[in-house]
Amino acid sequence: MNNILKNSIRFVLFLLIQIIILNEVPPLHQFITPYLYFTFLLWLPFGTNRLTLTILGFTLGYSLDLFTNTPGLHAAAATLVGYVRPNILNLLLAQETFEEVNKEPSVGTMGWGPFLIYVFLLTFIHHFYLVLLEWLQFGNFTYFIGKVIATSLMSVLLILLVELVMNRRNIKR
Amino acid sequence: MKNIIGFIRQNLTFFSFLILQIVSLVMLSSYSKSHEVFFGGVTNQAAGNINKYYNNWAYFFNLKETNARLVAENAALRNQLAQDFVGFDTTKKSGTLVLRRDSLEKIRKFYYYPAKVVGNTFTLQKNYVWVERGAKQGVVKDMAAISPDGSIVGVVVEVNDNYSKIMSLLHRNSKVSAMLKRDKVAGSIEWDGSDPNILVLKNISKSAVPKIGDTVLTSPYSSNFPSQLMIGKVISIIKDPASNFLTLNVKAATNFFNLEYIYLVENKRMAEQKQLEKPEANNE
Repeated sequence: MNNILKNSIRFVLFLLIQIIILNEVPPLHQFITPYLYFTFLLWLPFGTNRLTLTILGFTLGYSLDLFTNTPGLHAAAATLVGYVRPNILNLLLAQETFEEVNKEPSVGTMGWGPFLIYVFLLTFIHHFYLVLLEWLQFGNFTYFIGKVIATSLMSVLLILLVELVMNRRNIKR
Repeated sequence: MKNIIGFIRQNLTFFSFLILQIVSLVMLSSYSKSHEVFFGGVTNQAAGNINKYYNNWAYFFNLKETNARLVAENAALRNQLAQDFVGFDTTKKSGTLVLRRDSLEKIRKFYYYPAKVVGNTFTLQKNYVWVERGAKQGVVKDMAAISPDGSIVGVVVEVNDNYSKIMSLLHRNSKVSAMLKRDKVAGSIEWDGSDPNILVLKNISKSAVPKIGDTVLTSPYSSNFPSQLMIGKVISIIKDPASNFLTLNVKAATNFFNLEYIYLVENKRMAEQKQLEKPEANNE
């Protein structure tokens, strides 16, 4: 399948899931809103350059913002995720992985351990920045970090679920 | 220019990241009131801090001008003091029930001129203060000089066009009429030439019972000083059995060592008063 077409479909699907389902379900807890939309950024191929990632992050976040009436909030967080993704991949992977530019980060290409760390770190960064922007202060720090971690864990769980359901391992190998 | 473009091209990703972040934050703050307040507050504080530092520097360089303006303002305020004025005699009747003059109207008696000190001695037996204000600016001989905190400095002894010379209180020949604030007993304040902090109050009648710490003020008998100006505080009392008078040592209230500006006081009626005080030559 054409890479661009595939990713465009993902873009729309993730946004729709986030908007129609995750933003509408009664929250698990007062403060825990699971986020899935930025999985789109996590799944982009290794070869995607940083500028594209940053711009795509902004576009994705802003599209979500149009629906949630918070222009700029998710855009800022998703831009950050897109921007730091190459750094984190650099930390976790050997250089040669990048040469297979069309492969995507997944359990299959990275292995369970690095992939989990990769997902958790980016999710954490995303939520940390998002909640910080939303609250504009740390407030009670344990409370703040508690919310960030709880929301992150929830999101990681969802992302892994999607990962298993999609079963991308077979497609790539 | 080429370098700048090269630099931007090299860091294009980072710059686009920054720009997108800023765009997001701007959108967020223009949409949400609380974000607007927050980011507005942050930028205001930064701008405020910069302004504060700038102001501190500007203030430092303006100090001289500020000082001159304050001196002028002080002189203007002193000139409005009620004690500079005397009222008309309203008890005098001139045949009618109606007073000739408005009794609320006052006549100015004292006038204050600010003057910058250009020279000052305090280590000699005969000390003087020189100021940059002379006959052209309204100074005449025998005008009183007082320091900015209202204590007395001395008397003008020499005047030329733009400068005048003031005989400081720290001068062997200096003599100013003074009184004890509590007893209202008058004497004269002099200096014995030893300690520039300590003046001597002579000719206090033994009927007075001065105590240590009593305030010494200028007396209303003085022709050049306005009355009730601070001179100092009594620190010791010397009782001389051979004399009818007490001698008091007074700690001077004036700080003679760091005079920068002083005020010269003109008594508009001094000439008349002096004329009567002058010893008469023919009438022994």
